[in-house]
Amino acid sequence: MTMKSSTRQVDGVTIVDLSGRITLGEGSVVLRDTVRDLLSKGQKKILLNLGDVNYIDSSGIGELVSAFTTAKNQGGELKLLNLTKKVHDLLQITKLYTVFDVKEDEAAGVKSFSK
Amino acid sequence: MSADRVSYTLDSTLETVNNAEETASRIAAEAGFDDEEIMKISMAVREAAVNAVLHGNAYDPSKKVTLAFERTVHDLVIVIRDQGKGLDASRIPDPLAPENLMKTSGRGIFLIRSFMDVVEIHPSQTGTELIMIKHVHGNPADPKEAPQ
Repeated sequence: MTMKSSTRQVDGVTIVDLSGRITLGEGSVVLRDTVRDLLSKGQKKILLNLGDVNYIDSSGIGELVSAFTTAKNQGGELKLLNLTKKVHDLLQITKLYTVFDVKEDEAAGVKSFSK
Repeated sequence: MSADRVSYTLDSTLETVNNAEETASRIAAEAGFDDEEIMKISMAVREAAVNAVLHGNAYDPSKKVTLAFERTVHDLVIVIRDQGKGLDASRIPDPLAPENLMKTSGRGIFLIRSFMDVVEIHPSQTGTELIMIKHVHGNPADPKEAPQ
């Protein structure tokens, strides 16, 4: 299954709902293009909803790191929401879980962004 | 001892990566591994295939990737070979080191080692051979299954 991405605005925060696989190829490209597009439009508070992402490989992990760094370098914030167990475990073993700001509740996640 | 071996010769394409993962998932399921182990095995094979196609053969259409699965009583043995310049595993930076944590690549071999019981990397001038072994659940040779 390929990856799908859709965005919505909640209180000045852009929530990106992702579903499918973030892997080498199309999945990673969709994520990269989505985040770059948002940043270019000045939408710098980004909450990536990974609740329907059932698989991620090392390229996908790299893409998450790249998105996080790119947002930060442009004065933005990128946080993760609703990790599945697989993605959670992968971020744990790669020691990235504590690097990312991970939220479990959408409303709290939106509120956590600086005003 | 029963043994069951199957081998594939594959092009250096992204499709090969996906096919290798799907094949690994099917064979691991047939070997009786549970869902979590199937995911680990198929992901290890995916990462190995990515290394072979991208870093080994560099998408060169004249170069092939060979992928073999062997089921024995005790193990699932997976061997993947490319025709690249040979991977020097000693030169792969530790992806968990603080200075490497935010790098966008370099986690493939680490994940393979995390997910499989035995991993051997044999580089040569004609390519790299990667051997990955997963012990069959309940195998006394598996230290994870040994009595405490």
